[in-house]
Parts: sequence; C-alpha cells; structure tokens
Amino acid sequence: MVKVMFVEPSGDEIEVEAQEGWSLMQVAQSKGIDGIEAECGGSCACATCHCYVEGEAAAAVPPPGEGELAMLDNVAAERRPNSRLSCQIRVTPEMAGLVLRVAEVQS
Amino acid sequence: MSDPMVIVGAGQAGLQLAESLRAEGWQGPIRLIGAETHAPYHRPPLSKAWLLGEAVEAQITIRGPEFFARKGLELETGTRVVAIDRAARTITFADGRVEVWAGLALTTGAAARRLSMPGAELAGVLTLRDLDDASRLHGRLVPGARLVVIGAGFIGLEVAAAAVKREVEVTVIEAASRPMARVVSEPISAFYTDLHARNGVRIVTDAAVTGLIGDAMGHVRSVATSAGEFPADLVLVGVGAVARDDLAAAAGLACDRGIVVDACARTSDPAIVAAGDCTVRRRVDGSLVRLESVQNAVEQAKSAAAALMGRDRPFEATPWFWSDQYGVKLQMVGTSAGHDHMRLRGDPGEGRFSIFYWRDGRLIGVDSVDRAQDHLAARKILDRGLDLAPEAVADPAVDLGAFARG
Repeated sequence: MVKVMFVEPSGDEIEVEAQEGWSLMQVAQSKGIDGIEAECGGSCACATCHCYVEGEAAAAVPPPGEGELAMLDNVAAERRPNSRLSCQIRVTPEMAGLVLRVAEVQS
Repeated sequence: MSDPMVIVGAGQAGLQLAESLRAEGWQGPIRLIGAETHAPYHRPPLSKAWLLGEAVEAQITIRGPEFFARKGLELETGTRVVAIDRAARTITFADGRVEVWAGLALTTGAAARRLSMPGAELAGVLTLRDLDDASRLHGRLVPGARLVVIGAGFIGLEVAAAAVKREVEVTVIEAASRPMARVVSEPISAFYTDLHARNGVRIVTDAAVTGLIGDAMGHVRSVATSAGEFPADLVLVGVGAVARDDLAAAAGLACDRGIVVDACARTSDPAIVAAGDCTVRRRVDGSLVRLESVQNAVEQAKSAAAALMGRDRPFEATPWFWSDQYGVKLQMVGTSAGHDHMRLRGDPGEGRFSIFYWRDGRLIGVDSVDRAQDHLAARKILDRGLDLAPEAVADPAVDLGAFARG
C-alpha cells in the first residue's frame, strides 16, 4: 500500500492507501473520491478523470503518453503543466506522498 | 420521508442516473436495483483487460461502497423487477414485494443476441455481455485451445485479440465481406484484417454459419459455415445485442427494438424515463436511433435524471465509440455510412491515421486509428456543425484542434 492524498473539488483532503499496480483513477473510485467521473472506465477515451499532480512525489510519475497528451488538450477544466489523467498512472511505491488535486470540472 | 426515486438496472446508465439525481437536487431516497449480483462495473474492460487477467473486480467497479454511503444511494443487487404498475406507481419484485416510487427510471441494458440454429445450445458456446460471462470465457482461454469467434464486430475482434495473447488458436467467422462492416469504411476494415493477421488471428469473411456441431458429450466440436467447417473447443457468439425492453413493453410503454425515448430520455409515459442500451431514441424528424455506447449511457442518464426533476436536458451530441485491439485504439465519431467522399490524414503504414467522411459536402464522420487528436477535434467540429474542407484534412500543416476551437 502506498499513501497518496486526493484533494476534492470542495477542498476536502482525503488520504488513502493505494494498491500498487492499480491506476490512480481506480483507487479514487474505490475510495469514493468526489469529482472523478472516469466515464470510459480507464480506456483513455473520455478525459473525465483529470487531476493535477503535486508534491515531491510528482517527479516519480512517468510522463504522459501520446494518447493521454491528446486527451489532455481537451479537458474541461484548465490545463496546466501538471495536468494528468488519473486512469493512466499506475501506483508505484515511489509515489508515496503524492497529492492529486481533482479538477473542478470534468465535462 | 418521501417515496424513493427507483432505478431498475444497475449498470453504468443506472448508476449515472442515481448520481445525477443527487446532483440535480433530489434529496429523498434513491434506490438502484440490479439483477446481477455485482455492484455497477465498467463493461468495456470485460472484452480486454478482464480476459487477460489484468484486473480484479474492485478495479472495474465504477464506485466503491464508500461512495454509495456518502451520496446516500441504496444499491440492491441480485434482485429482479417483474412488473410495473403505472397507475399505482409501484414496481413488483420477483419475490412478490411491491414498492412505491416517486419517479421511475429504466436502465435495463441489453442482452447478447443468440444464434437460432442447430447446436446453438451446445456446451462451450458462449456470449459476452456481463461480468459472469467474461469470467466464464476467461477460464476457458487456455493455451492451445481452438476458439471460433462468430461475428467480426467490436466484441468478437476484441475477444480475438485477447485470446491470441493467451496462446489460443483463433478463427473469426464473418458473414459480411469485411470486419466491422456495419460501422467503419473499407480502408479501416482492411487495416484491421491485416492487424489481426499479423497477430496470428485469421478472419474468414463471406462465411455464413449454418450450424454448430457437437460431440457425444454435447460439447461443441466444430462450426459449420458456407466456407467450410472449423474445429472448435470453444465458440464465442458476437452477433450484437438485443435491448431488454420486455418489462417496459409489458407495462404498455412504447417499444420498438428498445424502449422509445425522446431527446430528454422520457418514455411514452412522461413520468417514466429510460437510458442506455435498453433505449431507442426518437429524433425530431421521427426516425429512430439505437446506440450502445458509454457516451449514450452516461449522457442519456444525465438527461433522464433532469427529466425526473422536471427539467429538459436534451442529449443530441454526435455519437462516438472506441475499440481497443492489440493496444491500437480505434475511435469513431459520427458515421461513415452513406458517405460520397473520403480523405485520409496520417499514414496507415505507420499505423496512425484517420479517415474523414463527407456526404453532400458536409462532414458526417471520422474514424481514427491511434490519432486521438483527430478524433477529439472531429467531435468538436461535428457538434458545432463547422464546415471542414477536404483540402484542410489532407494538409498535415493544418491544426484541426485549433480549427475546432476557432
């Protein structure tokens, strides 16, 4: 288990134990985190699991692939340099302490 | 306490409807009732990650138990609703219980279409629609097994791609002259025929299945077709789905190969809404459109929730779909059917290209292979009704994303 923190659109901070190998979207869904819609179920087809990755552990997150970059061009909320689709990030131990700020709007 | 909003069918549309009812301000009870024993789960991974053993149930579950508790949504699984009384505003469960509703939504989904021919009921002849189907299929995909897939549509081809990865010997039988003929154009079909061949999957086209032949134990042994007989240890029938509209039809709601709804997801009884795979939508011109997709389930559910709260939220966006095979992503928006002109963007040789389709000078659809940027631009262009010239598409220097936003 890897400790990460989600910040919901309301500002609520929720620390969760994330399972290694799961996507951060799956972690958020299983924990009932608000604001991540993930309509396509992790297929990188809908851009509704948009988060901003923050904290020192953000350096441990591999960069987005081309498919994700194209989807990020079309997110509903503001796109920032640290914008990511949480379905495309698999949890690794190096991500301990990662903060995921959920985008205010997804669609 | 007010009577509950009742949603019959706990798939993606049903869950979205429940969530949207809360978001729309409904403060009374919300009851989500599902016939399956599972909490609502994402269906797309069933023909992909699930067959490869890359996910467990909690990973494809759409919302964990904590979410239901936080939102005050009551989920009852493994329960069948057998009747609707519109006048009394009640539903009746299989065990005889009767429950009153303040508002009713039907999200009963679709069932896999079955073959009606000799041998269709043999052991080893499977369909894929729900999680239990997927688990059954997963268990049978063992190295060296011979799988015959009937139907080269999305489900059939996705299963073929997963099965061959698990060292299963796969043959796909298709009645039409090319795979995915109903939804994509010839060049896309040709690309996929080649992609499957390179991965060791043979697609036999123009082959009509005439029967399934069993052994003495009643297990399927081969598939007889107009193009010859194919030995099989396992058969996957992927020939489409049938809307589950029997509950609605029995209650006297208008049905026509699905529960007929308007753009706001209202059925012929405006007190009852329906969303997702179980519906068929009547367009303004009176024609009917039946869609089976995540987009349709989610957007129609949002419209249905608004309708139950007395608000109009028409869903008329251009339809989009996707299919994942061998890690290659096919994304479609609009339709290629009836096109009189097409243009290529990108390079099929590199496995990254899109084909744009026009009819009477208007863009009607775009199919993209590993070109998500084209697909997303096309969604915007079609939704906004922008006039896109073929010359712009063929010119790689033109930024379609900027055009779509412009």
